[in-house]
Amino acid sequence: MAVSFYGRSFGSRLLVGTALYPSPALMQDAIAASGAEIVTVSLRREAAGAKAGDAFWSIIRALGVTVLPNTAGCRSVKEAVATAELARELFGTPWIKLEVVGDDETLQPDVVGLVEAAAILLRDGFEVFPYCTEDLTVATRLVELGCRVVMPWGAPIGSGQGLANRPALRLLRARLPDVTLVVDAGLGAPSHAADAMELGFDAVLLNTAIAKADDPVAMARAFRLAVEAGRTGHEAGIMPAREFATPSTPVVGTPFWHAAG
Amino acid sequence: MVLRVNGEPREVRAETVAGLLDELGYEGGFFAVAVNAAVIRRTTWDEAKLSDGDEIEIVTPRQGG
Repeated sequence: MAVSFYGRSFGSRLLVGTALYPSPALMQDAIAASGAEIVTVSLRREAAGAKAGDAFWSIIRALGVTVLPNTAGCRSVKEAVATAELARELFGTPWIKLEVVGDDETLQPDVVGLVEAAAILLRDGFEVFPYCTEDLTVATRLVELGCRVVMPWGAPIGSGQGLANRPALRLLRARLPDVTLVVDAGLGAPSHAADAMELGFDAVLLNTAIAKADDPVAMARAFRLAVEAGRTGHEAGIMPAREFATPSTPVVGTPFWHAAG
Repeated sequence: MVLRVNGEPREVRAETVAGLLDELGYEGGFFAVAVNAAVIRRTTWDEAKLSDGDEIEIVTPRQGG
């Protein structure tokens, strides 16, 4: 039941972000309740003497989770590559969630820049988790370059729409059966996470849906259960949908039944 | 000389990355530093020379999705 990211196995298929929580304490409790073993973090400029990073980092360390640094907010290949290099230096991990923003309204990935940046980072020894759209050609190109994890969006970041293009996501899963596929972004309800898992995705990554819930800790638990339910359902083999009814109760021996005529 | 530190111009006397962090009052050591978009490994902060106009980024971990 374990999921593998670049050869490292994890029991939890739920990855969570660390942003937007009402308080550090709620973030800590929500991440614990989610059961997530991998959390995303960012890098930001630190003012002299501010120690904002220290305070945040001590909480993350206390959780004992694996850190996946991101390049959120980068708008060019150059920025994303430099940020990835800073992240590797700071966190001592080759993992990088690679984001190259292509559009400010939708935060849609710039898939051309993404492929270019991924190529540079993979050559440099990074293990890249590219945040991409559901486009099959882009995902295939990333895999050909050496990405062993691909993270298509469900819907725009923070939109809570769920899987906006299920047919394309289904196709991605079918065409890239050996790649670790993570639906990243756009999930709003626990059922959206279950949906992704039922389609056969290996994991989901989300942040806003938990952090902005009225009760982030309860929502974290709900997403944990939804991911487990969806994955278990996928492994159990989901029946194909049918157009017409098929009786589930046996017909033979129905009381008061009379043969026609 | 004048450097650009995290996007802001700063007049400094320091000539190395370690000297700059000290002069600006950065304490502890859990940051990463880039000069002109190239990472300067922590082990080389003492020797890494700065030049007038260099662009310095000093970053730490922060919340992210």
